[in-house]
Amino acid sequence: MHPAFSVVFFTTATGAGYGLLALLGVLGGLQIIPPDFWLALIGMGLALGLIMAGLLSSTGHLGRPERAWRAFSQWRSSWLSREGVASVITFVPAGLFGIGWVFFGRSGGWVAIAGFLAAIGAVVTVCTTGMIYASLKPIAQWHSRFTLPGYLIFSAMTGSVLLNALLQAFALGSKTLLAASVLLGLLGWGWKLATWRYNDRLEIPTNANTATGLAGGTVRSLEWPHTEENYLLKEMGFRIARKHSARLRRITQGLAFALPVLLLAAAFALPWPFAVLLSVFAAIVQFAGMLVERWLFFAEAKHTVTLYYGR
Amino acid sequence: MTCLPSQSGKKLGLVIDLDTCVGCQACVTACKEWNTGGHMAPLTDIDPYGGHVDGVWFNRVHSYEHTTEVGGRTVNFPRSCLHCETPACVTVCPTGASYKRASDGIVLIDEDKCIGCKLCSWACPYGAREFDRDVGVMKKCTLCVDRIYNDNLAEEDRVPACVAACPTSARHFGDLGDPASAVSQLVAERGGVDLMPELGYHPTNKYLPPRAHTKRAASVAAPALEPVRPEGGFLGWVDRMLSN
Repeated sequence: MHPAFSVVFFTTATGAGYGLLALLGVLGGLQIIPPDFWLALIGMGLALGLIMAGLLSSTGHLGRPERAWRAFSQWRSSWLSREGVASVITFVPAGLFGIGWVFFGRSGGWVAIAGFLAAIGAVVTVCTTGMIYASLKPIAQWHSRFTLPGYLIFSAMTGSVLLNALLQAFALGSKTLLAASVLLGLLGWGWKLATWRYNDRLEIPTNANTATGLAGGTVRSLEWPHTEENYLLKEMGFRIARKHSARLRRITQGLAFALPVLLLAAAFALPWPFAVLLSVFAAIVQFAGMLVERWLFFAEAKHTVTLYYGR
Repeated sequence: MTCLPSQSGKKLGLVIDLDTCVGCQACVTACKEWNTGGHMAPLTDIDPYGGHVDGVWFNRVHSYEHTTEVGGRTVNFPRSCLHCETPACVTVCPTGASYKRASDGIVLIDEDKCIGCKLCSWACPYGAREFDRDVGVMKKCTLCVDRIYNDNLAEEDRVPACVAACPTSARHFGDLGDPASAVSQLVAERGGVDLMPELGYHPTNKYLPPRAHTKRAASVAAPALEPVRPEGGFLGWVDRMLSN
């Protein structure tokens, strides 16, 4: 599948943004994170900024972005529509929580309820994003039980690493959150390895025989219907990254999981100024690593239409 | 609504005979000619006379070599929308632009509602939908909905353009929901198949597999030319000189 940068950035940014929003909503609302104006402002700004940048980026993928409002109508059947609806609804409790927590410096009561609802909205939205991919039967690498948990784990992982960097910068870092970030990094790493292992061993029942209805023997593509690459091959037959998948997998593992885990483990042991630098660096490195991971998620996905082209 | 409608039982579609298709591309050009002025017009071509030709087509004919223990043969394979009974391209549509008609099962796109998110083309395993980047919307086969109900055409012309154009009658149009229809009987008689049945899209269009090899035809091709045994003497010298 062609990894459109707008979509790669969208899923990475909103994943991190919703993860951070959910954590802020719960931890801020329950006053586990003390209400500090600048911390709250920057935290909510970062979470909502990532979400809005991602959502705006996703409209860049559209042929007719001016009609994007129509995408809120088909929530009864379409995961993409449900994602749109969930993302917009989440802004309501997130906005209320932001006003109460950031500007009134309050927690508990209605602020806690709004924060909790924002966290639920964030989780639901990430689920709908995952289901867009998990529901597509023609792409076996996506239509698997690994896709939806993957989106949730990576959202929690990137969100917690961001929150840790933020709290460290305000000298409010907690060992518990650091430990949680390290564990989520390891969980994400394990999940990604398990996903790759599953995909590499995938036995797809669909092949050139079932695609053409020609039973038995071998079906070899003799001639394409066209001499140049068409929309189908450009969109669904993308192959550049597949060629480099082994190297890109190593880059993903290094940037998205191994390096952040090591940096955070080091931050665990080191005092204040170093812990801040390492935590912020870990968040930046992980974001870059997740962009590579998402690029590979698209590039390694093989659509059944490529069977018609002998690919 | 992109939820699938309850069906009336009528399922208009195509039956494509892979035995008689000669791969002449007449259906491809007839489709393009009709539809570039039809319901989903235009079928934009990008850089049509340049080095990187691209464009929207509803019907594409592939050629395959099918080799079994009986022998090999070339199979020409027209590929277009199969107007599935459970088309995921419709249910994934976030805007309601894609829809399946309750009255005859034809899958269509309302171009005025399409936002060009391309998700429907990802959801279609058959590659039936092609994005028109010039207009910014998705396009697909309409089963010539503007021909088959067109009172301005003579009755015999009220078939999809690809069916009308086919010189070998490899394409048949009719109601596959009616077991008594000519197309349904043809499918039953020739053992017509669904494409990628394991994905569960329940395509309406059926493909008739090539007929079995007959005993009348030569069972093997002419023997291949045998390699010349290396020889000595004058002829060997000639052979070596000519081989250089």
